[in-house]
Amino acid sequence: MYFALPAIVLFAIFFAYPLVASFWQSLTATSGGVTRFVGLDQYARLFADPLIGTSLFNAGILLVVQVPLMMALAVGLAYLLNQGWLKFKGGFRVLHFLPAVTTLVAYSVVFRVMLATDGGAVNQLIGLVGIAPVDWLNHETWARVALIASITWRWTGYNMVIILAGLQAIPAELYEAARMDGAGRWTIFSRIVIPQLRPVLLFTGITSTIGALQLFDENFILTGGGPSDATLTPVLYLYKVGFRQFDFGYASAIAWLLVALTALIAFVQFRLTREKL
Amino acid sequence: MTHTVATRPAPSENSAAPGPAWPTDDAPGASLAPRLLRGIRHLPVYLVLVAGSVVSLIPFLWMIIASTHQTSDLFGTPLPVLPGGELLENLARLQAETNFGRVMVNSLGLAVVYTVFSSAVSMMAGYGLAKFRFRGRGVVLGLILVTMMIPMQVLLVPLFQMMASLGWIDSYQAVILPFVASAFGIFLMRQSFLDFPDSLIESARIDGANEFRTFYRIVLPVARPQIAALVIYTFMTQWNAFIWPLLMLNTEDKYTVPVALNTMIGLSRVDYSGLMLGSLIATLPLLILFLVFQRQFIAGLLGGAVKG
Repeated sequence: MYFALPAIVLFAIFFAYPLVASFWQSLTATSGGVTRFVGLDQYARLFADPLIGTSLFNAGILLVVQVPLMMALAVGLAYLLNQGWLKFKGGFRVLHFLPAVTTLVAYSVVFRVMLATDGGAVNQLIGLVGIAPVDWLNHETWARVALIASITWRWTGYNMVIILAGLQAIPAELYEAARMDGAGRWTIFSRIVIPQLRPVLLFTGITSTIGALQLFDENFILTGGGPSDATLTPVLYLYKVGFRQFDFGYASAIAWLLVALTALIAFVQFRLTREKL
Repeated sequence: MTHTVATRPAPSENSAAPGPAWPTDDAPGASLAPRLLRGIRHLPVYLVLVAGSVVSLIPFLWMIIASTHQTSDLFGTPLPVLPGGELLENLARLQAETNFGRVMVNSLGLAVVYTVFSSAVSMMAGYGLAKFRFRGRGVVLGLILVTMMIPMQVLLVPLFQMMASLGWIDSYQAVILPFVASAFGIFLMRQSFLDFPDSLIESARIDGANEFRTFYRIVLPVARPQIAALVIYTFMTQWNAFIWPLLMLNTEDKYTVPVALNTMIGLSRVDYSGLMLGSLIATLPLLILFLVFQRQFIAGLLGGAVKG
């Protein structure tokens, strides 16, 4: 037990205590330097606050568009990389994984520079095929597209490597048996590969979902949450409320909304995994 | 998009197929015509993978190119496609604007110190929780699991206030200390110590080694691969850390690399080539770690999601 003691003490001070303090704080409000107990008022504010709706809507867009797009790309690439005849496998794998090695802030900076409207690298590239410059970071829709593209660039290879390991764990006999039964490639992919990958897909899907819900670094650097809050996410909003407006009570309520949503996702994961057994 | 290529119906049942143990196409004596046909069928797969690799690489290449040119070149037409000769000028400006040398030392120092302490705590706790039975062990394990589920953002406000009341704002210990105990690290270590045979621990005790000696002479060396993964993961966590150092540090000389990069973006006249050079330098340590310790790096990043 002594081996675990440092960890237990640290958790008590820097996790358990702040957690309780945060919940207590979400029940209080401070005005004019006086903090008082307000019950569930801060939580009631959540429902009336249009920016909470906006930030959840933006996170929802990431969930509905970015996560499936990235997962499809990751599965597709992993499937190709798993072909027995493929040459330079290791090289392709390293190259596709490379984006996962970048520091979040650094890659966001690079994308911000590449996506500049006037003479940015991306606009110049699409200009070569005659497309007019796009105002990537200052137009609501395009800013979302830019954010989705950046996150997808950063995380596809990461998920691909996990899925690839899952693919390699599928017993070869399964393929053989299916082929004996005369299954074509599409049947094998949809009836064997995907079901066998289910636990891995769930893991990567849930991780990506939580990642999207808790997104901060990328949109903070790329757009600062703008334009017109089109890329505002719950954590970025929490940061603004807590550390620009110093409304600690309300920021704590937002934090507990995040806890509830994360728990909900974990619960769904739990149910989906269980169902399979 | 890649799906269509991957799953295009095969013209014949003998075509290339997935799976490592698949009957091989390249049977000796296959005549030229089928081989050619197969080559044509394989071509789209290579094209997709090459395209994916290029997309992955372009931002890296652009970082290198951009950090060796003047800012005006980065937005001029045509774009430079080869490295230029402005590297040293950009470096000098980067140093003048943000004291980047000092910032790098801060980031490296913080990451190394954090890695040492956090890994030590994780290894010890993982061992304690894997190999000793004590009252409340189940509770501790359960709490650690819960810790992993709870988003760290919920701690931001109370930790900020705690550091403020300790007078630790703008100090390095405030950046590191709250996150030294890492639930993920403890779990990773516990999993790797679980399989360690009790008999070996017993015999070391019988030979008169004390508990701590047993731990670091007998147990730790066996877990070396997992420890390497843990160390890389821990280093990367601190190196990438942004929101917490951003809240804690407000003297420029104490900034870490991500915080300094963020400051440069906020300037009224942004030095883009300096910014790209800073990003490149920020990426280099991780890139080197990755290229040298590929296996452990991936294992650490994937967080034990996949074995081997």
